[in-house]
Amino acid sequence: MHRTGELYGQFQTLEQQKESSTLGMWIFLVTEVLFFGGMFLTYTINRHQYFTAFGIGSNTLDIKLGTINTGVLILSSLTMAMAVWSAQVGKKGLVTGFLIATLALGTVFLGIKVVEYKQKFDHHLIPGHGFDVWYQVDNTKPETEMGKKLLDDEREELHKATLTDPDIQSHAQLYFSLYFAMTGLHALHMIVGAGLLIWLIKLSMRGRFTPQYNTPVEIVGLYWHFVDIVWIYLFPLLYLIDRHR
Amino acid sequence: MQSQLPLYPPEASNFAPHVDALMIFITSVCVFFAAGITIAIIYFFFKYHRKQVDAIGVPIHGDPRLEAAWIIIPSILALAMFAWGAVVYVDYRHTPSDTLDIYVIGKQWMWKVQQPNGLKEINELHVPVGRNIRLILASEDVIHDFFVPAFRVKMDVIPGYNRYNTMWFRPTKAGRYHFFCSQYCGTNHALMGGWVTVMEPTEYAAWLSGSGAGGANPVAVGEKLFAEKACITCHLANGTGRAPSLNGLYGAQVLLAGGATVTADEAYIRESILQPNAKIVARYEPLMPPYQGQLTEEQVIALTEYIKSLRSQPVPVKGSGIAPVRGDETAPAPEKR
Amino acid sequence: MSTAPLVPEHELPDTHYLNATYGSGRSIRAWLLTTDHKRIALLYLASVTVFFFIGGIFATMIRIHLLTPGGALVSPETYNKLFTMHGVAMIFFFLIPSIPAILGNFLIPIMIGAKDLAFPKINLLSWYIYLIGGCFVLYSFGTGGLDTGWTFYTPLSSIYSNSAVTPAVIGIFINGFSSILTGLNFIVTIHTMRAPGMTWFRLPLFVWAHYATSLVMILGTPVVAITLLLAGLERMFHLGFFNPSMGGDPILFQHLFWFYSHPAVYIMILPAMGVVSEIIPTFARKPIFGYSFIAASSIAIAVIGFFVWAHHMFVTGESTYAALAFSFLSYLVAIPSAIKVFNWTATLYKGSISWDPPMIYALGFIGLFTIGGLTGLSLACLGLDIHVHDTYFVVAHFHYIMVGGAVMGYVGGLHFWWPKITGRLYPKALSRFAAIVLFIGFNLTFFPQFILGYLGMPRRYHSYPPEFQVLNVLSTAGASILAVGYLLPMLYLFWSMRYGKVAGPNPWPATGLEWKTDSPPPTENFHVTPVVDWEPYDYRNRPDLGLAAGGPLAPAHGDD
Repeated sequence: MHRTGELYGQFQTLEQQKESSTLGMWIFLVTEVLFFGGMFLTYTINRHQYFTAFGIGSNTLDIKLGTINTGVLILSSLTMAMAVWSAQVGKKGLVTGFLIATLALGTVFLGIKVVEYKQKFDHHLIPGHGFDVWYQVDNTKPETEMGKKLLDDEREELHKATLTDPDIQSHAQLYFSLYFAMTGLHALHMIVGAGLLIWLIKLSMRGRFTPQYNTPVEIVGLYWHFVDIVWIYLFPLLYLIDRHR
Repeated sequence: MQSQLPLYPPEASNFAPHVDALMIFITSVCVFFAAGITIAIIYFFFKYHRKQVDAIGVPIHGDPRLEAAWIIIPSILALAMFAWGAVVYVDYRHTPSDTLDIYVIGKQWMWKVQQPNGLKEINELHVPVGRNIRLILASEDVIHDFFVPAFRVKMDVIPGYNRYNTMWFRPTKAGRYHFFCSQYCGTNHALMGGWVTVMEPTEYAAWLSGSGAGGANPVAVGEKLFAEKACITCHLANGTGRAPSLNGLYGAQVLLAGGATVTADEAYIRESILQPNAKIVARYEPLMPPYQGQLTEEQVIALTEYIKSLRSQPVPVKGSGIAPVRGDETAPAPEKR
Repeated sequence: MSTAPLVPEHELPDTHYLNATYGSGRSIRAWLLTTDHKRIALLYLASVTVFFFIGGIFATMIRIHLLTPGGALVSPETYNKLFTMHGVAMIFFFLIPSIPAILGNFLIPIMIGAKDLAFPKINLLSWYIYLIGGCFVLYSFGTGGLDTGWTFYTPLSSIYSNSAVTPAVIGIFINGFSSILTGLNFIVTIHTMRAPGMTWFRLPLFVWAHYATSLVMILGTPVVAITLLLAGLERMFHLGFFNPSMGGDPILFQHLFWFYSHPAVYIMILPAMGVVSEIIPTFARKPIFGYSFIAASSIAIAVIGFFVWAHHMFVTGESTYAALAFSFLSYLVAIPSAIKVFNWTATLYKGSISWDPPMIYALGFIGLFTIGGLTGLSLACLGLDIHVHDTYFVVAHFHYIMVGGAVMGYVGGLHFWWPKITGRLYPKALSRFAAIVLFIGFNLTFFPQFILGYLGMPRRYHSYPPEFQVLNVLSTAGASILAVGYLLPMLYLFWSMRYGKVAGPNPWPATGLEWKTDSPPPTENFHVTPVVDWEPYDYRNRPDLGLAAGGPLAPAHGDD
């Protein structure tokens, strides 16, 4: 189909083109909601069934890194929104800047996620044959009094949990299966988003976005906000469900 | 005798006549509508056949009265089908209290049956005519399904520590009938079937005792296991032990920590053996180790039967968290799903 | 009174989408990189036909095997693989994409007066995704096969099966996105790309049906995608989502699976209903009876269809209250289908009915769909479902809907729009004969299975008690007739692409916008953007169709 300037051949007007793209993205996001929905349902049912094990699993996550990541993502949503606004008002330089900032923040998020995954690997919390919720408390050598106390608390808690849920190994493993499936899928969406941002940055550097034509920035923005919102739900469900220490 | 090409299987249980009547009703309604539509189409097709190549039809766009009629009338019929089906279904799911309990275990690809006296059968099931039979179904691997066409009964057999599906029926006609696995379960799914033999009660009793070499009484086996596995050290009969007394447990309402109550049926007993801490009785500590993976399905059945057999003895009231069975104490416990 | 032939000699237009020289012209590369919805539809036609063949061969082998009680052809393992692969190929790679991705893709933009779908590149991407998914599934078929049943019930599929489950699950997961993107494309196109004057209530019912179908595609498919992904992960990494021995719940899988897979039957049947809603008024030459009721019933089916899934699970031991609710809702979803059947039948009243081949298919569809739909009432009935669940009764029921309904609609639709797609006509007498062979063969194949099912023969059995043999032999005999009924159209339709008589823009004649343009249409569908100023299926006010202003049954209304 031929293209005249910014208008693709199948459309009659730029307005129609924009309306189509935006509607398309919204519908895509609806399917994404259902896509994640299946996982959230599986999570909810298992969380209800294995309350203790999920609490134990949640407590092993690094809340500091999780919180930082949440902040990073919220900030990236802000820069994304600013990029859309800049495109709408025609500040071409700002568009590029904000897009790069968003990409940078997204990369930071993914980097921190890698650190967290590495931690889980070191602590034998990857579901599979090597999985062991006891590994960390049994194999860490605390260097300070404080560290020793924390470890003792943790051991105590695990013992207590084992009393209420003797099969805590496999149920905690279920928690981590869901943790990796959900955060993994989310990270995959972040990677796709980063790819889209790189594409936008290229276009933006060529000065393609004007107040008349900025649909790509807008719909990638929608996508980026959606991915952030998923994290806003994942964070409390995975990190915060049983915090009391 | 069945004709060479029957349209329905033999009617050999209390459900069969109801299900067949329902089928006849629904089929009649369906045949009426299918025939009506077909006749209308054929009639219109020939009656209004195009007479000239450029002829067009009469521009009729619709009729709200007709639309209303063919929304409302089918809705009423559908509602009738739903209601009748629901009545029959509730009957299926409402197990009477005086059942003869038989355990059925499905595994790839055979059925293991255990009669009340411990007699074991493989791919065979003997039942007396006229008695209410309850099958208690467990699976050792994948999902199976126990299906007796002549009885019009079917129930999935699902693996998992907290599941016993049950189903009941009352055979009404002596004879031998097929049973099948009707949930696809792997390679030899089609071979996972056998025969139900419905016998006169006296014959059944004779058969049970006659082939007594078959197996030990599950209650006795359970009692022995109860001692062997040291259950007896905590579950003291008088309710003073570290674990609740099990006397009078079966069929009773159990008060759980947290305030909820459950009915102590087979599924509850099974879960409490395999995963004791899933439901903790009020005022007791979660001390019991889980027995999942440590007992065979047969041993679980034996223990369950033994615990059920404790029902006629006095019920400890104090500190047990177990409320007595409502109503007549000697009567069998009411069954609730 | 004109007696001149309505279809005068025509010639193919000089340029049309098939021979257009845009891009890199007529090369294979131009076809593989095309963004023209019509060419993409043909790409789908080719690939979907391949899967239909594969599924058909499996079906043939199944029927031959069941000739004798002990199984005549293959080992139990192989038989289990045959019916599983038959189901997977037919459902995910033939039925779901057939009408939407071929006829819908080709026709929706033309029917609403657009130059293309809203997202042509995404449309092409959908086809490639379909191909990639298909390759994974074929890989699974070729390396060890698949023996879980197309329903992939856990824990059989996630732990116990020794077949190539993982690539199959990945393939279906990937293929899901093809469906999602097609549905998304349709919805956006129908919302934003309609030509001037094409209001919502002037849309052809085919478009309404596809709108409803697309809703199901975008809302249901992601759920089955994630479910199969979880089952696949469980199998690959020994996780425990649905594994009872690790605390998971196998019944949760069934809920998630049927949440999509029940609505998925509406993905298969709704487009066929759309096809029939086009064919019947065309060959009765009168407006469809109760347009708005048919349109609304499509939407009602799509919506209510999402709330009936647990009727597949009445014998899993689910709560009685849940069973009651789902049974009730299942009866509710039957009503909109009934409305359609009544309206189609009423459309014939006082028509000017011809027996062109598409009409034979459409009337056959109504008959078979009615039987399929009505036997669904027995399955929705709680008391009866316990007996007939998972027996051949179910097999017969869904084949009446899927093959008698969806495939009959698909083949009928191909016959109806073939002149538009290729510009040529096929031999009418032969295709009428094929339609009747199909109808008879189908009934002979599947009607005995209702009786088999009520007698208690469970489905997915590689061997069966001898008392079931007579009916099985009948069914196999019917299948051989049915095979002829499918092969014939394939042969003469293929033949007609080159040798068929040139059809002209509107051979039937029909009222839709797609018949206002050339056959085959030009690349951008219309030479000038059309403006719609007539009501759908209106023959009376359409002098351009060259028909009498009124037939002998209806006096002419020359003044309006």
